[in-house]
Amino acid sequence: MAEETLFEVLHSEIINYVLQNGESRNKDGKDEDLSTIEYIGFSTGYRLIERLTKEMPRFKDELDTMKFICTDFWSAVYKKQIDNLRTNHQGIYVLQDNAFRFLTKISNGKQYLEAAPRYVSFTCGIIRGCLANLNIFCLVTAEVQNMPSCKFHIQVQRT
Amino acid sequence: MAVCVGIIGKDNSPKFFTCLNPAEELNFQYKVLSALDVVEEKLNCGSKGATDLRELYLGMLYTLETHKIYGYVTNTKIKFIIVVDSTNMALRDNEIRSMFRKIHSEYADIVCNPFYIPGEPICSKSFTGSIKNIMTGTV
Repeated sequence: MAEETLFEVLHSEIINYVLQNGESRNKDGKDEDLSTIEYIGFSTGYRLIERLTKEMPRFKDELDTMKFICTDFWSAVYKKQIDNLRTNHQGIYVLQDNAFRFLTKISNGKQYLEAAPRYVSFTCGIIRGCLANLNIFCLVTAEVQNMPSCKFHIQVQRT
Repeated sequence: MAVCVGIIGKDNSPKFFTCLNPAEELNFQYKVLSALDVVEEKLNCGSKGATDLRELYLGMLYTLETHKIYGYVTNTKIKFIIVVDSTNMALRDNEIRSMFRKIHSEYADIVCNPFYIPGEPICSKSFTGSIKNIMTGTV
């Protein structure tokens, strides 16, 4: 129980730290620079996946990998599974989490909606890092419409 | 007891190499690198629907007059190769399998080490030490 809180506190502290550092460099009121947080997520995911897939059988294909992300991976990091996975079978996957862990602690209304991107960019990075180490190169974006629910769009890049 | 362990990266470049007798290292490098063709072959026919090939352990890759070579590929396409003396009859398949598991745990630990950059050759002393212990069976 305690370590879950630690993870959440550390996560929000990293975001504060990165944003404070960015503020001093970026004073002209542009969008916040979240790429550092995304990169921290990327390297976390890249390393973490080696440990999480240790006991897993080899993945058959891309969809199999995505299912792993939705079930085992999501429960390891967020203590629940993804609520909905959709795909067009052409390299686009949409993962929907109805109670995203980093957003459940924030008010449900519209008040903090514009702060939401800060709390999802780390996860976008983690997903991208995991998939990159599993040889699936992709773009991950997130979409928050109603507060604790969050959609992650994964766009696989085919060469 | 294994005589040599090699770790090969995604792009088939060697990341780590150790053997009991350092004088024979070059010789073993040839053997390990030539085993990669067999690994590739095994992975490719896995997509044709063989069920048992979903296991990470690939079994014996090939035998030479003096040595047997075993392989293991992780989900992230990192290859582990173990070379065993052919005269050594004491090592069974199960022991090789558990040896690979231990190497995999060690590898997962080193990848999670923030001082190691993924994709670089591994030169950590403690990692070399634990792999040597796994090879000689002292753990």
